[in-house]
Amino acid sequence: MFAIFLSSGLFLGWSLGANDAANVFGTAVGTRMISFRKAAIYCGIFVILGAVISGAGAAETLGEFGAVNAVAGAFVVALAAAVTVYWLTALGYPVSTTQAIVGAIIGWDLFAGAAIDYWGLEKIVLSWVMSPILAAIFSALLYKLITYMITHARISMFSLDALTRTGLMLAGIAGAYALGANNIANVVGIFVPISPLADISFLGIFRLSGAQQLFFIGAVAIAVGTFTYGKRVMLTVGEGITEMSPVAALVAVLANALVLFLFASQGLERFLLGSGLPSFPLVPVSSSQAIVGSVIGIALLRGGRGIRWRMLGEITGAWLLTPLVAVVISFIALFFLQNVFQQKTFLPVEYRLTAEAEHHLKDAGIPTDRLTEMREKTYPTAAEFEKAVSRYLTLSNKEMGLVLSITEVGPLLVDARLASRINDPTITEAQRRAVQRITGKRFVHRWQLEKALAEDSPEWRMEAGKKERNREIRRKLDYLYRLIRAGM
Amino acid sequence: MIGESILKKKQIGIEKQVDEFLDRVSESGLLCKNGMDAYLKENVEAFAASLASIRDTEHQGDRLRRAIEQDLYRKTLIPESRGDVMELLEDMDALLDRFTGLLWQFEIEKPEICTEFHNDFRELLHYSVESVEACVLSCRAFFKDIQVVVNHVHKVSFWEKESDKVSTRLQKAIFAQGDLRLSHRMQLRFFVKQVDRIADEAEDVADRLNIYVIKRML
Repeated sequence: MFAIFLSSGLFLGWSLGANDAANVFGTAVGTRMISFRKAAIYCGIFVILGAVISGAGAAETLGEFGAVNAVAGAFVVALAAAVTVYWLTALGYPVSTTQAIVGAIIGWDLFAGAAIDYWGLEKIVLSWVMSPILAAIFSALLYKLITYMITHARISMFSLDALTRTGLMLAGIAGAYALGANNIANVVGIFVPISPLADISFLGIFRLSGAQQLFFIGAVAIAVGTFTYGKRVMLTVGEGITEMSPVAALVAVLANALVLFLFASQGLERFLLGSGLPSFPLVPVSSSQAIVGSVIGIALLRGGRGIRWRMLGEITGAWLLTPLVAVVISFIALFFLQNVFQQKTFLPVEYRLTAEAEHHLKDAGIPTDRLTEMREKTYPTAAEFEKAVSRYLTLSNKEMGLVLSITEVGPLLVDARLASRINDPTITEAQRRAVQRITGKRFVHRWQLEKALAEDSPEWRMEAGKKERNREIRRKLDYLYRLIRAGM
Repeated sequence: MIGESILKKKQIGIEKQVDEFLDRVSESGLLCKNGMDAYLKENVEAFAASLASIRDTEHQGDRLRRAIEQDLYRKTLIPESRGDVMELLEDMDALLDRFTGLLWQFEIEKPEICTEFHNDFRELLHYSVESVEACVLSCRAFFKDIQVVVNHVHKVSFWEKESDKVSTRLQKAIFAQGDLRLSHRMQLRFFVKQVDRIADEAEDVADRLNIYVIKRML
């Protein structure tokens, strides 16, 4: 069964490899600076290294699919995302794999009647606008700077060729490493908890954990995807939108990396905030969309005459289609799996306006007076609960999200073995002791568990203004929540 | 960086080859000048030596050009300018061949050149050689420092115009010379045209080079 479930993850990995390798090596291959074969080999090697060495840690292995609460559902969601990406890759368009995944999850949300990830939707729309614009600005500026430097450094034609080639190779390798590290969780992360793979020790020199082996398999799928099917999208990026010079190819890749680093890197934000410096706002940036923006930025700087607008229009259409197609495929496939193959594709999540929840909502500034009729009534899905609330109150997406998170019923029993099952090394000793102290307690809502922990230990307490610390606590709480649910 | 230094070594190899090839082109002009001088002075041995040297230079030039072209394709160097560079090298090789061809033509036809035309013939060849020399300098700049190409490329046209003036003057003088047979006049005119054509072709190469420069401008 595990192998069947994993197959859709591997298919997604393969599609991702076929599509996303273009973000790092597309311009190099398109300008003939690096042969496709060479690019695919290097890309494959470094995707695997990135995934195995720097793939997400224990608590972050679920990736985007963390929201999907049944493995059969995750299988379909991954499959829907994979089919979408495969289809658009076959047509040669660079699309965002993450957006396909978010779309497929929304399909699952709709099918399961779960709370729809509006923030995910908003992120996609924001990314459509922000990624290309930011990347175009950065690439145009960077192109100006680099050409100024080259002109004044009086570099010979062959030396410039060598430098550009080396630059493209290094940028490609670094990009491939990051591609593996950042995306592997989406490819196989959801299957880590059900993986039968045991740790392997190589002559006692180094150990490969079960998760790392799974990451390795997923990364191989990505590498195979690049090798077998990556050329088309690479050529779209590298020569389909506009003819590029090798220097422009290098600038485009650098601008892409820079935009991702400045606007999407939590590491940089952590560093800047930690040093008391103002940080860049974190913006949802898709690498596939940013690289297209980078290419356009340079072309516009040079007068924009060489841009193939028709191709650009098709690419934009493909971006809009990605999440939509994923929603539809996901929904239909879930319907079949649930009704034809009798597989459990989701665990129902109930919602109830308990007295505690009402109190909590009031504290959060949501008027509950008009919700009296809903008191202590159990709603089987988020969709039905939302519908009921909307009858009495008009709420924004953000407020509705808050109401849903407060009223979600997750009967949680903290059993005696919980503390010992924590294997996330980032959870501190004090935090572990706090978990131990609440052993035996039962909670109706998830936030009650969080409150109990916060009251018990300052290490579980979020503080206003400490964005980074709060995010870290939120991540650990998510992990703990899953652990409790998995043990029940 | 190791990768970069390895690449640089390889590239320095091809850069050196290009330099050597252009040296041969430049050399062929000088050898042609020496050869014609020897011919006019009726120094048979010196002429034969020049002819042998220029033939050798031509072979070296061909070998270098082929090696460069193969390197460009095998290692997929400068993919964006590869076609232009190939064309440029072929054009320069054609100029080298012209100089060689001219000396061979002297060897085959052994034209009788009246003394009063000697200086004009020397001057004419001098201008053609200068125009090719300016072309060689432009090419070197194209490979090494593209900004400097403009400093050389305009001189090609200057020498070509000078060559045209001498060519017209010399042809007029040949046809004004009363005691020459028409066939002799036509043979001399052929040689004048042969020399003048080198400058014309150098100018065509320079024009194309100008376009290559624009294409490579970042």
